[in-house]
Amino acid sequence: MDQKILKLLYQNGKLTAEDIATRLGADATAVADRIKEMEKAGIIRGYKAVIDWEKLDSVYVSAIIELKVTPKAELGFEEIAEKVMKYPEVESVYLMSGTYDLNVVVKGKTFQQVAMFVAKELSTIPAVQSTATHFVLRRYKESDVELINTDTDDRGNFWL
Amino acid sequence: MDYEKLLSPVVREMKPSGIRKFFDIAAQMENVISLGVGEPDFPTPWQVRSAGIHSLEKGKTKYSSNAGMLPLREEIARYMKRKYDLSYCGETEVLVTVGGSEAIDLCLRAVLSFGDEVIIPQPSYVCYEPMTTLAGGVPVIIETKAEDDFKLTPQQLTAAITDKTKALILPYPCNPTGGIMERADLEAIAQVLKDKNILVISDEIYSELTFGKRHVSIASIDGMRERTVVVNGFSKNFSMTGWRLGFACGPKEILSQITKIHQFAIMCAPTTSQYAAIEALRNCDDAVAAMIEEYDMRRRLMVDGFNRIGLTCREPSGAFYAFPCIASTGLTSEEFCERLLYAKEVAVVPGTAFGKGGEGYIRASYCYSTEHIQEAIRRMGEFVTELTCK
Repeated sequence: MDQKILKLLYQNGKLTAEDIATRLGADATAVADRIKEMEKAGIIRGYKAVIDWEKLDSVYVSAIIELKVTPKAELGFEEIAEKVMKYPEVESVYLMSGTYDLNVVVKGKTFQQVAMFVAKELSTIPAVQSTATHFVLRRYKESDVELINTDTDDRGNFWL
Repeated sequence: MDYEKLLSPVVREMKPSGIRKFFDIAAQMENVISLGVGEPDFPTPWQVRSAGIHSLEKGKTKYSSNAGMLPLREEIARYMKRKYDLSYCGETEVLVTVGGSEAIDLCLRAVLSFGDEVIIPQPSYVCYEPMTTLAGGVPVIIETKAEDDFKLTPQQLTAAITDKTKALILPYPCNPTGGIMERADLEAIAQVLKDKNILVISDEIYSELTFGKRHVSIASIDGMRERTVVVNGFSKNFSMTGWRLGFACGPKEILSQITKIHQFAIMCAPTTSQYAAIEALRNCDDAVAAMIEEYDMRRRLMVDGFNRIGLTCREPSGAFYAFPCIASTGLTSEEFCERLLYAKEVAVVPGTAFGKGGEGYIRASYCYSTEHIQEAIRRMGEFVTELTCK
């Protein structure tokens, strides 16, 4: 039940408990209760819109920064990750397997602004050994939503 | 040329679907929202497409054996065992056809002589009647009832059987009603047929698409295997309509005969599709389950929506159609559909397209996104309100 509710909310955060109950053939009050429970338990962390910023004038740029860092004894990567994630410019922080350690998504108004943030803020953290900045040039799909969806219903006029 | 003289009277008198014109109008309207299409909106599962592509890359583009590639037929036999507890020999009791409809056509042509009767429950898929007529047979229509959940009852069947009856077409899960036949229903039908020399052509093309209850094939009921050809295919269950692939399973005495007709008329089903189909049968349980889950949600949304706007809609148990009753509007099915189309630009199919017994109903497909379904029902709600206010 929880899994099914979450799957629907992940697809469309605007669905009401009643909408979900109809789709699942469940009781609306029960669904509402489960959602509240999951919000309280921190399973559901928030509801957001998926926005195609390129459709607006106020385009923002973002970049994926690969950070190589020196982990601290005992604390490992936690301390540095917590420091990095506190910057308002930082959208997400992931600990990675492979050739670098932290994957940091940074957003800003201009390429310049993002570059300066990396140079002045991230690079200067003592534990950071190196950074590699990859600017996002175009978004095709965001949070499971296709932003350049050109699919049309090409099913023929086959009615029966 | 005197085409009147040239063409067979049987063909000339075959009615093109009476609502063809109406569909053409709908197709030309710009903002029309359709609930008309009777095919899945999901693309064929990727691994199935990939298997088709791979076979092309390897240059597997020749004819297959007439009955279909043996590995596919054997896979079909395994699938029928696994899913419906039916045992068929892949080599002698399975025929791969071009869609399920070809298999139905073959069965009818194999058993019918001029004037033989075929019992057809309606509302049901539109091809049974003309195919019967083309094969020289006489369609005998049984109108299934909403109060029976559109099931075929043993009483109706008994009353329809004459000494000319050669075949019964059993179209469940049913397009357009969404009705299914459960084990007990089939056992009652089997009781009527067990000492008769009548072939059951069981069109089970929607067999995977049942909700809550698993599909039961009549061939799995005691004494029915020997008198049944099970017709199934890949179009609906695996979202493979354009691949044109179906199959028939039945006793070898019948299969060997229908394979002859297939051999002369069709040669063999498309080879690329056959390679893809093997993958569908082997590795697509998860993909099919995901599609069913999505259909199930849309089904509930649609049934709830119709009931909300005042069109009584029973819960369909199978296929992907809702079949709400529109009698409360005082309009006939065709009037309802035509006026709805012009007033709100929503296209649904009148129940009468599937037989006279469909009067008072419309068919709405839920092979559409939930947003699409909701918008269509919103517009239909306005339409119904405006009708009742006048």
